[in-house]
Amino acid sequence: MSERVLLRHRGIPDYHTIEVYERHGGYEATRKALRDFQPGELVEMVKSSGLRGRGGAGFPTGLKWSFLPKQTEKPVYLCVNADESEPGTFKDREIIEFDPHQLLEGIIITSYAIGCHKAFIYIRGEFFFGAKVLNRAIEEARAKGYLGKNVFGSGLDLDVVVHRGAGAYICGEETGLIESIEGKRAYPRVKPPFPATYGIFGSPTIVNNVETLACVPHIVSRGPAWFKSIGPEKGPGPKLYCVSGHVERPGIYELPMGTPLREILYTHCGGIPGGRKLKAVIPGGSSVPIFTANEIDVPMDFDSVAKAGSLLGSAGIIVMDDSTCMVRALEVISRFYHHESCGQCTPCREGTGWLHKVLRRLEAGTGREADLQLLVDISDNMMGNTVCVLADAAAMPVKSFVSKFRDEFVEHVRLGRCPFRPLGEARRAAAAGH
Amino acid sequence: MPKVTIDGREALFEDGLTLIRAAERLGIEIPHYCWHPGLTIAGNCRMCLVEIDKVPKLQIACNTRVTDGMVVNTQNERVKRAQQSVLEFLLINHPIDCPICDQAGECKLQDYYMDFDKKSSRFPVEEKVRKRKVVDLGPQVVLDQERCILCLRCTRFLDEIPKTSELGVFERGDRAYIDLAPGKRLDNPYSANVVDICPVGALTSKDFRFKARVWYLKKTESVCAFCANGCNIEIYHRQGRIFRFRPRYNAEVNDYWMCDAGRMGYRLIQGENRSTGPQVRQGDELRPLAWKQAVDTVCTRLKGIREAGGDGAIAGILSAFATNEEAFLFRRLLQHPPSAGEDSRSIAGHAWSPPDAYGDDLLIKRDKNPNRKGLEALGIPTTPDAVERILEAARRGTIKALVVFGADLVAELGREQVEAALEALEFLVLIDLRRSETSLYADVVMPTSSFAETDGTFTNHAGRVQRVWQAFPPPGDAMEGWRLLTSLLAGLGDSTEWGSAEEVFAAMAREAGAFSGLSYQTLANRGAPSSAAAKTA
Repeated sequence: MSERVLLRHRGIPDYHTIEVYERHGGYEATRKALRDFQPGELVEMVKSSGLRGRGGAGFPTGLKWSFLPKQTEKPVYLCVNADESEPGTFKDREIIEFDPHQLLEGIIITSYAIGCHKAFIYIRGEFFFGAKVLNRAIEEARAKGYLGKNVFGSGLDLDVVVHRGAGAYICGEETGLIESIEGKRAYPRVKPPFPATYGIFGSPTIVNNVETLACVPHIVSRGPAWFKSIGPEKGPGPKLYCVSGHVERPGIYELPMGTPLREILYTHCGGIPGGRKLKAVIPGGSSVPIFTANEIDVPMDFDSVAKAGSLLGSAGIIVMDDSTCMVRALEVISRFYHHESCGQCTPCREGTGWLHKVLRRLEAGTGREADLQLLVDISDNMMGNTVCVLADAAAMPVKSFVSKFRDEFVEHVRLGRCPFRPLGEARRAAAAGH
Repeated sequence: MPKVTIDGREALFEDGLTLIRAAERLGIEIPHYCWHPGLTIAGNCRMCLVEIDKVPKLQIACNTRVTDGMVVNTQNERVKRAQQSVLEFLLINHPIDCPICDQAGECKLQDYYMDFDKKSSRFPVEEKVRKRKVVDLGPQVVLDQERCILCLRCTRFLDEIPKTSELGVFERGDRAYIDLAPGKRLDNPYSANVVDICPVGALTSKDFRFKARVWYLKKTESVCAFCANGCNIEIYHRQGRIFRFRPRYNAEVNDYWMCDAGRMGYRLIQGENRSTGPQVRQGDELRPLAWKQAVDTVCTRLKGIREAGGDGAIAGILSAFATNEEAFLFRRLLQHPPSAGEDSRSIAGHAWSPPDAYGDDLLIKRDKNPNRKGLEALGIPTTPDAVERILEAARRGTIKALVVFGADLVAELGREQVEAALEALEFLVLIDLRRSETSLYADVVMPTSSFAETDGTFTNHAGRVQRVWQAFPPPGDAMEGWRLLTSLLAGLGDSTEWGSAEEVFAAMAREAGAFSGLSYQTLANRGAPSSAAAKTA
């Protein structure tokens, strides 16, 4: 196993306290950044490191920062997206709960780089413990003078506010998140304008993922060349992979960006339990196209996974063995997007529910073969036609499941029941309509 | 100026213009639900998706600004498929209860379905999401949540125009619905505008629903007469009956909106209390008689009183509900024959508003008279003491004959205020559209038109002269005001012939400085500032 950077807290008790954190070199990166560099130099440093956003889209972080207006009367805000909600994704949570000061360092350095004096951490409502940990860490940092007035004697004034969400997937979409911070219903905004010019309360705003910001202090302390040397040149760095489902050792793995999916599953996670065979893997959270067992020889970085027909997304790897009913699995996924669509745009509001209803009847054995084409039609009509990408997130798995596991869907129609369920249970499910 | 090609047609547009507006200028309608020209952009219905060269995804025309060299296609196969699919999505959970829906005939779901979709449903009826069907929102509006397409025009209107925010969105996804915020009622003075802007049958008017199918109704352009603002409206009517008023766009006056009070005003100008034929007093009773006899009676009496008592024995009170044409002819009637020097015959404008009249900074004026400025432009004073001076002269017996046009003095000023004056008169002529309390004192009653039943003009609070059109003739034997007054003028020996309200306006434009340079052609359907207003502007 390679060196742990983002997960270096593992095995060290009380790493979340500022004492232990500093004993292991904590806040040195921030001290260095604020002492030795001009803000513009830090932006250039992050640009040259090749860091790409870890929230899912993989947008170059330094480039995003440079979209801020050069001259503005308005305050500039940094907002940390800690609304980690994509099914199969649980990496930010570990950073927040066990290494909050690493995130705070990222926030302080980034705020200095972009001229921000008030940063928000928008944290998923269910992360109640995480919010407590963060608030405690913020108090510790403030007591030390690392937050507040004149941080590290640099002249930077900075406050950090933890804002808890109230339980909606759509709040992870950056403009939905901004609306939510403003106290409104989290309807994603029509773009343009983008947050860098018109964000929180109409002010220039940078929204970055937790893991993205956690990379920043390491880039400062070890240099952009070090960061770029890890994994592929276009999108390098240490990466957290969340593995769940049918593997011997599910969990979070820190590995170089671009580690092959097969290696992650079989070397690091110990393979498929119970002597069963791998059937399929979702590589980047429930919203991305699925890989079959034959498609796992792919380096897990943004460009390679995209080239292979899926997306690295949030690196939430969901593993399914041959006992899994793919119709059932897709029904569960579509139920999630049906539940979470904000309802703003017509294709998503109506399409997510329609997909779910069609899948429900297919799984119940009451579907028709024409439903397969209907699923593809609905998905095609949703994709690319909405304000945010939730519609695509709901449609992409449907299209890939139906095309790659078509036989299983047809089998459900032919048998009039789910072949993976015992006959009695399948009949009861059909009678109940789900 | 960016040069843009839309559907093969190249044109220049100003910077910042949205595609939906640019296309409109070329006569290309891009279908839309959520976009409304008077509200902020929501971009949620996705009906206005268009294809732009070199842009991979379809873009919404409502939020895309023109840029130089942009090439746009609004009707190719890809765009059509997107429009079809949005319609299909909108209809899967829609109840499709058009046969019992008031919006039928003016519903954008129906219209666009016929234009773009025309496919049968792929969605089983029993799986439709059920929501509440009859939600009482307030005095004007009823909501059907199942018909709603969540375009949010209503919530944006309430947030942005009256700024009262009574409605909000609750729940999410296909369970989302519009409802009242806790503890609120949709009862602001502009609430019924949400019915007009609702593109489907979700928000309907309590007053109008189930009264008529809209395709049976005729539409006549007009101006609301229930305050001094002069909001531009459309009158929807059939066979001499008005079914509703709706606002008509005029950026100079009311944008796209009107108030609820004005909207309900149509009820005041039709119904049981309209007088439909001339009447003459015989003892305690008013008896019907023919127009010719009525005109003869009035003219004979007025001539007799003038001969006996001189010019000062006759006076006139004219309501500020009269049109400019009526006011012009009324003044001419009272000043006939024209006197050489200072005219001692009194005319007062009765511009009455209830003492507690509501007004605000949006559209509603405290002055409830549509034409006070017009009367003033013709030299007719509209202060309360002008009316009081005439009443006082009547009480003293100086004024012996009074012609009242459109004013219910008894009801509005109070019986105790006016009774002595009216009883002291030798002769009272009342020209009005309603059977009013004042008619109890009248010797001759002459029924006339409401503003919906005549051509004419009003001058609003800002001095803007605006036309009204005759939607249908006055009821029964009632006569348009300008026609009635010209017949009285003829009876008094004024030989001028007037063939229409337009001819009256032309004469007024020649004689009265405030109207100089204006004509029915120049006023058209948007109106124009009077010369006086134009000078001060």
